[in-house]
Amino acid sequence: MSNKKATVFVRLKDGVLDPQGITIQKAILNMGYDQVASVRSGRFFELEIKTEGEQGDKKIEEICSKLLSNPVIENYTLEYEK
Amino acid sequence: MKFGVVTFPGSNCDYDAYTAIKVLGEEVEFLWHKSSDLLNSDVIILPGGFSYGDYLRSGAIARFSPIMKSVKEFAQSGGLVIGICNGFQVLLESGLLPGALLRNAHLRFAGKYIYIKVENNSTIFTSACQPGEVLKIPIAHMDGNYYNFDGEIEDLKKQSQVIFRYCDKDGNINAAGNPNGSIYNIAGISNKEGNVIGMMPHPERAVEDILGSSDGLKIFKSIAKSFSKGLVIERA
Repeated sequence: MSNKKATVFVRLKDGVLDPQGITIQKAILNMGYDQVASVRSGRFFELEIKTEGEQGDKKIEEICSKLLSNPVIENYTLEYEK
Repeated sequence: MKFGVVTFPGSNCDYDAYTAIKVLGEEVEFLWHKSSDLLNSDVIILPGGFSYGDYLRSGAIARFSPIMKSVKEFAQSGGLVIGICNGFQVLLESGLLPGALLRNAHLRFAGKYIYIKVENNSTIFTSACQPGEVLKIPIAHMDGNYYNFDGEIEDLKKQSQVIFRYCDKDGNINAAGNPNGSIYNIAGISNKEGNVIGMMPHPERAVEDILGSSDGLKIFKSIAKSFSKGLVIERA
């Protein structure tokens, strides 16, 4: 049984202020690139998972919602790779 | 009455909190993060610092420590809990208080004396303060920008859960007095029941005049005052 890989992307919800994103956008504009209208920052995690099957997937969802993201301000998306 | 101060790996205001309670003249003991024993404390202090290195999000990992399981049960059964700075972040991550703390709007660490206005002095934690009293208390944080959705902010206001707001020296609530971009200048909130409070400023660092202010002591005095008036805490 081979490990499968999951990638979790955590993003701030729409409407939540992202001071880091705003600062990065300002830096881009200062560099002379004026085509970037906004930047939103986030983070991602790569997990190697030992168990397989649906029950395992449900547990990964739990990890995402309980620890990797803060549901008050963030959403996550989960992608599996063989 | 007895205070318990939790030490997480990375806590750095635990000794300040311990000393503040000694100045107050009450009993105090440290509680270790790996233990689940609250040692019969009547009040739990979650101190400031960088629990678990602030990895992931401030307070996100501390929430899952054995002591927090006990603190959560204690809080849910009516026990008094005060979270200061990183301790506030832990309470939000635990779901014991509503909302979240984002990075400071100006993206810099803010470490200085600021002023906060006592928005509600009928709480267990502010009963020794005057209505609208302005307290001079230091802050020291990178992630103190209180955030919540508009509807929830309205609920906090309606239910008098906003306890402290950032203000200027004269007590005016304005942008100049807001050190981190917090919505509605929020510096501290309580839960609906009023037995759990979280605040970004550090009252434990302002308990003696030699420190620059003794206003922080009023918060600990309030707790003691509420307690002496026969506050009964039911333990599960």
